[in-house]
Amino acid sequence: MGRFHVHADGTGHVHELAEADHVHHDDQSMRDVGDHSGYAETGSTRVTILENLLSENDRVADDNAGRLHDAGVCAVNLMSSPGAGKTTLLRTTLQRLAEQIRIGVLEGDIATRLDADQLEGLGAAAISVVNTSAGFGGECHLDAVMVRSGLGRMPLDRIDLLIIENVGNLVCPAEFRVGEQARAMVYAVTEGEEKPLKYPVMFRAADVVVVNKVDLLPHLDFDLDAFLGNLTSVNPTAQVILASARTGEGVDEWCAWLADRHAELAPTGH
Amino acid sequence: MHELAICDAIATSASKHAHGRPVTRVTVQIGHLRQVVPEALLFSWEVVSGTGDLEGAELVLEQIPAVVLCHDCGEETTLDLPILSCGACGGFEVKLLSGEELLVKSIDLVDA
Repeated sequence: MGRFHVHADGTGHVHELAEADHVHHDDQSMRDVGDHSGYAETGSTRVTILENLLSENDRVADDNAGRLHDAGVCAVNLMSSPGAGKTTLLRTTLQRLAEQIRIGVLEGDIATRLDADQLEGLGAAAISVVNTSAGFGGECHLDAVMVRSGLGRMPLDRIDLLIIENVGNLVCPAEFRVGEQARAMVYAVTEGEEKPLKYPVMFRAADVVVVNKVDLLPHLDFDLDAFLGNLTSVNPTAQVILASARTGEGVDEWCAWLADRHAELAPTGH
Repeated sequence: MHELAICDAIATSASKHAHGRPVTRVTVQIGHLRQVVPEALLFSWEVVSGTGDLEGAELVLEQIPAVVLCHDCGEETTLDLPILSCGACGGFEVKLLSGEELLVKSIDLVDA
């Protein structure tokens, strides 16, 4: 039997080992769930890798985070399904906060710059678009490499807060760290109470959930308590802000949350 | 549909560790809390494994159940739903033991 060893980067190998399935290890996350694949066939050798598929993305995300931190920039990854109101919330956010904090916006969009155009003239220090269609067929999320390229076009010395508007999608963006300091999610009450249970990865990833479009509640059969119960069951620690980007309700609380994240990074101001 | 991006990462990892030797099988572990659709992943693999070192390599998926350990009563629960609570006492003070895996577990290489 070959020797199993773990490298400093968390990956491990078994070298020259025909029956790697016999390797055992203590990490609970890699518990043996039964042998699904059998041994390597005759004439082949099984090599154990145990490499996190997101390790390359996470490495670049860490680089991005370091670069942002060194520049004194707080980055927030803003995620939601399409149409939940990210861009409208950003518009009101810029109108209220851009005079106190210099805000940059990195817009992830599959193919257009329509969202970025909506933000023009509202006081953002810089707006940059990252079209994800450069990849294979148009990615449904921003990953750390795309954000790295966007950061290259962002004047980091002239901003304090970077809002990364992810591609509208409740599934994929949550899997990819991009170097953000905090993650915010916009959820609209038109989406249904059960969404936290259907998209737990996204709801678990959020530090704050902005429950948007609450001005529509009188016209909907939406059960807010049921939604909040579902949210708590998948993410007990998420902060919740009830808001309407249209009427402005709750937007001050959201802006205060953003300002707090920035203050955490730069307690003495920037 | 991030399965294609994940397949790309699987292929990159497998190729790196194969050092040019032909790969016959790649085994990955995917936790139940990951929103990866097995059919979509296998379909994407057909695209990614069409050429090079990985041509014709089989992708084997091991799905890892989500298991939590309760801080209050010490019981372990395998989750059917992504609700992080204890099946024995109903408490929410639980630690996730497994279910978030997204790993290349092993590759099978043709002997030199």
